[in-house]
Amino acid sequence: MQKVNRMSLKFISISENEQFARSCIQAFCLPLNPTVSELSDVKTAVSEAVTNCIVHAYPGREGIVSLSAETKNGEIHITVSDEGNGIEDVNKAVEPFFTTKPEEERSGMGFTVMKAFMDKVNVESKVGKGTVVEMYKSFSSYPEKYSESDAFFEDEGKTPSNECDCEPARGENA
Amino acid sequence: MEIKFKNVRDRLYIYLYGELDEHTSCAVRGLIDDLIDRNLSMGGVVFNMANVSFMDSTGLGFLLGRYKKLKSYGVKAYIESPRCAVEKVMLLSGIYEIMPRI
Repeated sequence: MQKVNRMSLKFISISENEQFARSCIQAFCLPLNPTVSELSDVKTAVSEAVTNCIVHAYPGREGIVSLSAETKNGEIHITVSDEGNGIEDVNKAVEPFFTTKPEEERSGMGFTVMKAFMDKVNVESKVGKGTVVEMYKSFSSYPEKYSESDAFFEDEGKTPSNECDCEPARGENA
Repeated sequence: MEIKFKNVRDRLYIYLYGELDEHTSCAVRGLIDDLIDRNLSMGGVVFNMANVSFMDSTGLGFLLGRYKKLKSYGVKAYIESPRCAVEKVMLLSGIYEIMPRI
């Protein structure tokens, strides 16, 4: 049986809402049983897309950011959109280290992170109209139960474990 | 985001607590820069990331900004104990080439 879930949110473009967006997408993903690594990938990608709306779509002003998501068969499809400034040259914007605000300590890695952490990323933008970022990711462990290796330890001052799984989590539970 | 610090031998250790994004990095930038300015005789500054539960590319930009500031004073910058999720962003960016992980 296909299990489908959908959600849609709108919030104003203030930086406090980055954490709000991350928490929402995390809660929405949980029924799909993602690994800790997959969950942090999705959170990071959403944070990047929402930060772009706040910093680039609506610089110095408030606008509406939309975050919607659909899950189906262990895959999530996320859309982050705005009706802000838009991107002049999308191909250039997605290049690693490219930033239109070099004076502001920007790393220029936002789209690079989204592309690296999600399976597929589409960007559509029109100057003066806004930008739509669509991202897809499938979760490896769906529909199995959590494995013990996903337990998360919070030790002060030390990394959780010496075996740091910094690669994509695909096949972790095999 | 909270910060703590300590001086050990000739290094300043800065411990970051919480999530490092656009919102929090704006909030702690001034505090950390003050701390750096008051410790310019140090041979190096170590950013301890063990208690940073989340970091995105804005956090990277923040660290690179501190690197540039320290470099202009001739002080070395290091990164210590990032968690897996944070380490992934670090590795993608190649930041360890200029701020080595110790």
